[in-house]
Amino acid sequence: MSATVLQARANLTLPVEADSITPDRIDGLQQVAVGNLPILYGREWAPLGDLFAVSGDGRADLVLEGDLTHVKRIGQGMTRGTIAIHGNAGLHLGSQMRGGEITVDSNVGGWAGAHMAGGRLRIYGDAGPMLGSAYPGERRGMTGGVILVEGSAAARVGERMRRGLIAVGGSTGDFPGARMIAGSLFVFGQLGPRAGAGMKRGSIVSLGSLASGVLPTFQYSCRFAPGFLQLYLRYLLRWGMPVTPAHLQGQYQRYTGDINTLGKGEILIYDQH
Amino acid sequence: MQIGGVEIEDTYAEAFHMWAARLVITAVNGQWAQTAAHATIGFATSIIGCGCEGGIERELASTETPDGRTGVSLLLMTRSREDMEKQLPLRVGQGVMTCATTACFNGLDSTETVSVGGNLRFFGDGFQISKLLDGRRFWRIPVMEGEFLVEDRFGIQRAVAGGNLLILGQTPEAALAAAEAAVSAIRKVNDVALPFPGGVARSGSKVGSRYKFLRASTNDAYCPTLRPLVKSALPEGVNCVLEIVIIGLTEMAIRSAMRVGAEAACRPGIVRISAGNYGGRLGKVLIGLQELWA
Repeated sequence: MSATVLQARANLTLPVEADSITPDRIDGLQQVAVGNLPILYGREWAPLGDLFAVSGDGRADLVLEGDLTHVKRIGQGMTRGTIAIHGNAGLHLGSQMRGGEITVDSNVGGWAGAHMAGGRLRIYGDAGPMLGSAYPGERRGMTGGVILVEGSAAARVGERMRRGLIAVGGSTGDFPGARMIAGSLFVFGQLGPRAGAGMKRGSIVSLGSLASGVLPTFQYSCRFAPGFLQLYLRYLLRWGMPVTPAHLQGQYQRYTGDINTLGKGEILIYDQH
Repeated sequence: MQIGGVEIEDTYAEAFHMWAARLVITAVNGQWAQTAAHATIGFATSIIGCGCEGGIERELASTETPDGRTGVSLLLMTRSREDMEKQLPLRVGQGVMTCATTACFNGLDSTETVSVGGNLRFFGDGFQISKLLDGRRFWRIPVMEGEFLVEDRFGIQRAVAGGNLLILGQTPEAALAAAEAAVSAIRKVNDVALPFPGGVARSGSKVGSRYKFLRASTNDAYCPTLRPLVKSALPEGVNCVLEIVIIGLTEMAIRSAMRVGAEAACRPGIVRISAGNYGGRLGKVLIGLQELWA
């Protein structure tokens, strides 16, 4: 068997703190040792084997099955390997991850990819709030890596993002890219209200529609075809994001801001006219 | 040895190890990409006078470039890594950045790199924007047309320059036709470029001069007008010599280019195919002409 399979034994209704489910912790362990990894279930520590049926020895490639809506911190801080989740995943999925890849068939909770520094997080469903953002009190959110969401993302996606790429196939909630320091946020659906509020640098690219107008603290620059978008859109196309030929050949309106801060950020709006 | 009645002289080309970079220039169409390419390597014929040698490697289809536009790949060679650090930003800055619609990308995957966009970004005067995608950093430099996109660092590797063929013809017309045929054939070889105008050099040089201030001077042994005045290398009936100089990423690529070039040049009106060398005193890569078919 090439992957270690963890099958949820039952519906996990209590919160589970599963930061031990990472390739870094599991790779190389015997099957028994994998089952003995500690997990916080509700308010008590339990061996992982009590909650998950473990198949095979520990590998760098993990497969998680079952409804993991209440399982938090899967893949937290991982640096290598892969995690494939067949079902929903809970809060803080892949937070602080630095390498490897996590794929999720369905939806994920809030704070997925928070403080992510590398690797790739691929979500085929919807993402909760604070995707790729910063924990309260922290100066920087995501500092590297790629987050791809086929569905929509809730509020504050990419807040305080410093580097990296987030692409959302659907729409976003309020304050997408708020307080961005740098990096790139692509939204193919509806870009939520107050996009880029407080952003210093970085790029927010709207390829669909706007929930509301651009904030008044952004100023119109010009209409043009940015060369760098060709690189990003082709990259996203390779990963199955809904890039169209019109996106590749189109013109974009550039707004710069937020002038409440440094004012060197940009919102690029695909011009459909 | 003869090919098609043309003598292949038992001699060798003396080539040198150099540092190479490959530039990928894209533009709104092939014409503008070519314009930028020619501006970049137009004055890069000989390391002696230009600081580097460069040439167009090939045209690139839109499917082969990072930004999906048509482009051109160039090879540029310098004596040292330090020279490359000077020449690349200078030439990309003056030859590519100034040219309408262009972008410039690294085309060589190497652990050794030099900064290009990282230097040129300062032209943006603080308004430049960095983008990091898939491990590659790019700089968006605002210009009056919009933005100039250039990759941060370009790979460099050890390469070979100075592969050459001397085409000895009965008439200038025959020599030029043979040279053109050779150029056409060599341009189908991967990993090589021809730094001289049209791929052909008429003013081959020898090392040294009777003037102390000059490091290289005309290759008098191959000048038909000097036949009675010097120790001429020209056989009877030869009235014109043209040289094809080849730079390449590998010695193997140079050898392939020399072979197909020589074969193409063996045409009516050509007396001999030879090669330039300095007695083996300068270059470390000696490429025997007749070995090419061994």
